[in-house]
Amino acid sequence: MVKAKSILIVGVGGQGTLLASKILTQGLMEMGFDVKMSEIHGMSQRGGSVSAHIRYGEKIYSPVISEGEADILISFEEMETYRWLNYLKPGTGIAIINNYRLPSAPVLTGQMDYPEDLIEEISEIANAVVVNARDIALELSFAKSMNIVLLGALIKIAGLDNMDWENIIRSIVPEKYLEGNLKAFAAGMHSVI
Amino acid sequence: MKQLMTGNEAIARGAYEAGIRFASAYPGTPSTEILENIALYKDDIVAEWAPNEKVALEAVVGYSIAGGRAIASMKQVGLNVAADPLFSFAYTGCNGSAVIVTADEPGIHSSQTEQDNRYYAKMAKLPMLEPTDSQQAKDMVIAACEISEKYRTPVIIRMTTRICHSKSIVELGSRREAPNKEYKKDIWQYTTMPAVSRKLRFELEERLKGLTRESNNSPFNDIEWNDKSIGIIANGIAYQYAKEVFGEEASYLRIGFSYPIPMELIKEFASRVDTLYVIEEVEPFLEEEIRAAGIACHGKDILPGIGELSPRIMEEKIKGVKKELLPTKPDKVTNRPPVLCAGCAHRAVFYELGKRKDLFISGDIGCYGLGALPPLNAMDTCICMGASVSAGHGAAKAFTEYDVKKHVVSVIGDSTFFHSGMTSLLNVIYNKSKTITLILDNRITGMTGHQDHPGTGYTAQGEESQEADIEKIVKALGVNHVRKINPLQLNELHEAIDTALETPEPSVIIARWPCALKKLSAKDKEEFGEYVKRYIVKKEQCIGCKKCIRTGCPALRFDKASKKTLIDPIMCNGCSLCAQVCPVDAIVLDQK
Ligand SMILES: Cc1ncc(C[n+]2csc(CCOP(=O)(O)OP(=O)(O)O)c2C)c(N)n1
Repeated sequence: MVKAKSILIVGVGGQGTLLASKILTQGLMEMGFDVKMSEIHGMSQRGGSVSAHIRYGEKIYSPVISEGEADILISFEEMETYRWLNYLKPGTGIAIINNYRLPSAPVLTGQMDYPEDLIEEISEIANAVVVNARDIALELSFAKSMNIVLLGALIKIAGLDNMDWENIIRSIVPEKYLEGNLKAFAAGMHSVI
Repeated sequence: MKQLMTGNEAIARGAYEAGIRFASAYPGTPSTEILENIALYKDDIVAEWAPNEKVALEAVVGYSIAGGRAIASMKQVGLNVAADPLFSFAYTGCNGSAVIVTADEPGIHSSQTEQDNRYYAKMAKLPMLEPTDSQQAKDMVIAACEISEKYRTPVIIRMTTRICHSKSIVELGSRREAPNKEYKKDIWQYTTMPAVSRKLRFELEERLKGLTRESNNSPFNDIEWNDKSIGIIANGIAYQYAKEVFGEEASYLRIGFSYPIPMELIKEFASRVDTLYVIEEVEPFLEEEIRAAGIACHGKDILPGIGELSPRIMEEKIKGVKKELLPTKPDKVTNRPPVLCAGCAHRAVFYELGKRKDLFISGDIGCYGLGALPPLNAMDTCICMGASVSAGHGAAKAFTEYDVKKHVVSVIGDSTFFHSGMTSLLNVIYNKSKTITLILDNRITGMTGHQDHPGTGYTAQGEESQEADIEKIVKALGVNHVRKINPLQLNELHEAIDTALETPEPSVIIARWPCALKKLSAKDKEEFGEYVKRYIVKKEQCIGCKKCIRTGCPALRFDKASKKTLIDPIMCNGCSLCAQVCPVDAIVLDQK
């Protein structure tokens, strides 16, 4: 029996975590896995912290990942990685970090400081892979494809690349953004070889 | 065919497959997507946004008494609003079939309360189903219609956030057409006059007996025998967590038909296991009854009754296993409270109100509730939908009575005004309190993700409709001092508030500007034009006074190194508020 795997995608409302998780779960289902996904998006449009829990395997019960149980934590923003880091499985868990910062309101208004050394802190206690998704997306001159760059990196690291992901993306992403997203996906996969 | 679906999408699919022809709802997290998805079945189901939940349920009452199949959906506090028809409807029963979905929120992700709406089923004496995944959510709508028709009773389906917003695989079926039931006038069935209700009261108890048999034999209350040293009774998402944690180490009784409680089945299950655990989120709804039946069990003695459960909580509390977590430092985490979006016109209003002293700002439920938070800090209370105007009235009376120098400003959104603000405003006029009602007319139901309402001029299924005119409504309610302004013109806003404060009678200010995220309708484009603007900071001119930062716009950042404000060009929506508050005109329209 294939052991259940857990992937936690986190970010800030508006960063496109939901699209990334939609593509991922659709692909996992087509690969023949039982899949469950849970998301909290109540205040997501208001720039709050958002998360999508994804679990797949032969038979899945809980759609929710518990603390200390995520095989992969993929985060679209540095602080969000740190906020959710206790969900990562100690020892074997991998944190994929977009080295991109979105300061929250208390930081913007100067009440709190954004810590400078988060990536070092994370690397000290967990297996961390840093992806420069923003730079990659900007190089493709498609700043909004950061989420798909990260998805590409995730799929590579999770060892899920033996699947026609292009086809899945094609079935979900609107035509007008398709080409940019396909390029972003390939670049993301490539970034973590 | 198989499809990954959220619980909400599955309810909508269930409505389609069950042959339901009418749906009515008022938006509210986590239930909103139910009606949004039903609305997509344009050829088969009429889907409506009602102004509030009471109206939605009453529309379903009428539809089902007239002989059709109908569904109403709402969030947990929505059922409070719809509670009045709910109780009467239990008495009259239906003729066609009626399904009522309540979406509860253990953990209070996006609500005012953590109430457990299973008690409504018990109190109103209505059957209740609770899915454990999306497949069951779909199947239960079909089953609910059958139960409803068989017993002529409305049926409640209770969901929770984790069922509503979790995706799992659903096997799709085809639509079964359900013919309507013939309507026959029968005042002894459909009018709840005391003499009739006294009769219906007995029938209600009889019906419950039949439903109890139904529940004891329901396929939704199923037993899985494994190791019998541990027996688990669980409902909803808690069942999935239990399966995750105990696998085959325990036997399970899954409760999907949870009211009337299947006590015969529970007794049978309990008698064959060594230790019994009752696992349910929030209140001990099942546990109370199980204990009252003299069955020994564990439940809230070891599991929390506040917040969501999780596999980890069960592992810790039941198995006594505590897993190590990565040693993160909580003090390094900066919090990320939700904020009003860049370009949101509500910001201007709270910026203006926040500058004034001696105001009591009676707030309401919606995006604008965020006006309470720093740096705006411009709200005193936020209770429930519509309460701004009515609680503001009460506060104004108290301040007058006790001679406290405070002026009341009640702030309410457009959707909330139609929901339950109109009767509150009528009270202000009728009972004469000198409050100012500020209606934030952003042309949409913003908070729940942009649903149309009577004021937008479009229906849930995108048809054009009569646009409710707030100005005419408030005048008809008897308000003599009404101003309609563009809140993004600070001068205009400032002057309107000044005038209202000096007016010795109740007044209304309608601040009309579309939500910055709204996809503008044809009517909006005509009224507001299509504007794409960006503002930039002239660095050499900025004196670093932070006045603009105090508007709390997330597109603005104060750069500590240069001591100047920066504007994120991707986030800026061009509302110009920062430019208007800048004392040295350092913020200007980007001409590029
Ligand atoms: C009784 C009840 N129904 C539904 C909700 C969910 N809800 C919260 S705010 C809101 C609507 C807010 O819309 P509006 O008044 O137009 O303000 P906006 O968010 O657009 O600023 C809704 C439907 C609720 N909290 N209570």
